[in-house]
Amino acid sequence: MSTLSHSLAALAKAPTGIEGLDEVTEGGLPRGRPTLICGTAGCGKTLMGIEFLVRGIQEFDEPGVLMAFEETAEELASNVTSLGFDLKQLQADKKLRVDHVHVDRSEIEETGEYDLEGLFIRLGYAIDSIGAKRVVLDTIESLFSGFTNQAILRSEIRRLFRWLKDKGVTTVITAERGEGQLTRQGLEEYVSDCVILLDNRVVNQITTRRLRIVKYRGSTHGTNEYPYLITEDGLSVLPVTSLKLTHEVSNEIVSTGVPGLDEMFTRGGLYRGSSALITGTAGTAKTTLAAAFALESCRRGEQCLFFAFEESPQQLIRNMLSVGMDLRPYVEQGLLHIEASRPTLNGLEQHLVTIHKLIGQYKPQTVIIDPISNLVSVGSLVEVRGMLTRLIDYLKVKGITALFTALVSGRNANQEMTEEGVSSLVDVWLHVRDLEGIGERNRGLSILKARGMAHSNQVREFLVTSEGVRLLDVVLGPTGIITGASRHTQFLQEQALATAAQQEIERRERELERKRRVLEATIANLRTEFESVEEELRQTNQEEEQRREDLSQGRRQIAKGNPAPLAGNSPAAPTHS
Amino acid sequence: MDEEIWELRLYVAGQTVKSVTALANLKRYCEEHLKGRYQLEVIDLLQHPQLAEGDQILAIPTLVRKVPSPIRKIIGDLSNQERVLVGLDIRPIDPK
Repeated sequence: MSTLSHSLAALAKAPTGIEGLDEVTEGGLPRGRPTLICGTAGCGKTLMGIEFLVRGIQEFDEPGVLMAFEETAEELASNVTSLGFDLKQLQADKKLRVDHVHVDRSEIEETGEYDLEGLFIRLGYAIDSIGAKRVVLDTIESLFSGFTNQAILRSEIRRLFRWLKDKGVTTVITAERGEGQLTRQGLEEYVSDCVILLDNRVVNQITTRRLRIVKYRGSTHGTNEYPYLITEDGLSVLPVTSLKLTHEVSNEIVSTGVPGLDEMFTRGGLYRGSSALITGTAGTAKTTLAAAFALESCRRGEQCLFFAFEESPQQLIRNMLSVGMDLRPYVEQGLLHIEASRPTLNGLEQHLVTIHKLIGQYKPQTVIIDPISNLVSVGSLVEVRGMLTRLIDYLKVKGITALFTALVSGRNANQEMTEEGVSSLVDVWLHVRDLEGIGERNRGLSILKARGMAHSNQVREFLVTSEGVRLLDVVLGPTGIITGASRHTQFLQEQALATAAQQEIERRERELERKRRVLEATIANLRTEFESVEEELRQTNQEEEQRREDLSQGRRQIAKGNPAPLAGNSPAAPTHS
Repeated sequence: MDEEIWELRLYVAGQTVKSVTALANLKRYCEEHLKGRYQLEVIDLLQHPQLAEGDQILAIPTLVRKVPSPIRKIIGDLSNQERVLVGLDIRPIDPK
């Protein structure tokens, strides 16, 4: 069994070179087989066909034949010049053949039996003359308007696809979308290998184009509807599921531009390459915080891309200047790029492509989108979420630090859930809100989550001053954190208390001083008293000494034979010694 | 107008039944209605595939009336005489 499956080669695929399509088809269109591209008018069928050929020539060296039933070679060439495809040059290089097939019923009369061998010969000749590997039949259904005999036509078309398969060319057939079926003439019956459906849908006056692979025989493929765009570089399909969560992460920390806010994160800022979301109700300084972040990024000398969906660059610069943030020098230096556009200008996918393109152009380290909630005006919530998922993934893969702001409506502000539901996609989520107290509103900022680092759990009041955003110190009152006027009252009260305490201390010190002085006076008194007693004692002692001296002297004289004076002699006796 | 030489081209691809039938039919009509004032050129696309593009040939066999203008094309084996004549805008000679 296993040897059998090994010997069977997987279905060979011809890469289209169209951005994103090869990812969705997991390698390209089935090689050597026909693929049907169907869609309504104006969804880019012909363009996809031409791009398939041109990319095949330029990137895979596979010459191609374009059989055009609707437009002439000149028309086609000029149509795709704006995309940078030079069909004329490719034709001159014998890499491309464009054969315009003109079918006009008014010129043609049918009588009797016929077949379409002429078409086969033309196509065969075109293929053989340049060794083509790829063929595009641009709207073969035009034949149905040129020939009345449907039975012949259908059998001939069936034969054509068989013949193309036998020739081994990878074929793309475009067809107009029909009512209730994929194509107007039921071509999907004949092309059974791969069918791609293009859709052009207008919702709320905004067009989005979507691509879906209806079937792909013998291969797995993405089954979703993928938005695609026609850009200046051709078609671009935006697969979301092909992006895997395998991006590199950085351990480096970048500052948010608000010193107090940095301190709320234990690591002192955000991880580089992470994505942060600031949500808040109207007027809670989301844009100001975003601008501070941008400014900080520029101060580090990094490129910053600022998408403003609400304000023009001039308005943004002026407004930020009023809060002490001068963005102009960085704009002039080319570090800061402000891209302002109305969300309704483009469909979501177009926005995404614009963002991709600008990121490719400026290679920024920081991207700011202010605000993402505005995009809801363009698409449905699911679509916006899908787009943001893709965008955030893209930014992460590129290692770009991203900051988004989102407006949450006042009514469900306490719900703390952004409408787009992107909160699960971002790494850091800051919430700014009005702290409405008695007769005033103050701004409070808190961190709802910060992946990979501990953070403060406090709601910090912050001020937008003429020197930028300043976080105030936390003041805890009896009922929790105190803000605004209460904060001021609290401050005054504390000041009064402190003054009183100071006075008390001073009073006590004076008391002490007084006591000391009393003590010292008492000590001096005692000392004086002591000294006089001492004096007296000394006097007495001295007299005693004298008397004893006199006495002993008298005794000695008696001992020498002289009659000693009487012991009861007057005390004045020693004086005449 | 009668003096004008009609230029007709018949595109075929090999000697298929349809091609042979068409050629036989065409020759018959021409001899009948345009005797002496027509040129018939038969092009085999199997031998000259590059010629198919010029006259916008898809179906085989195709009869192309180059002159007089405008160009007319008739596809099929030309078995329906009436339609061929209408298609080529040939009026039956000598309307009586």
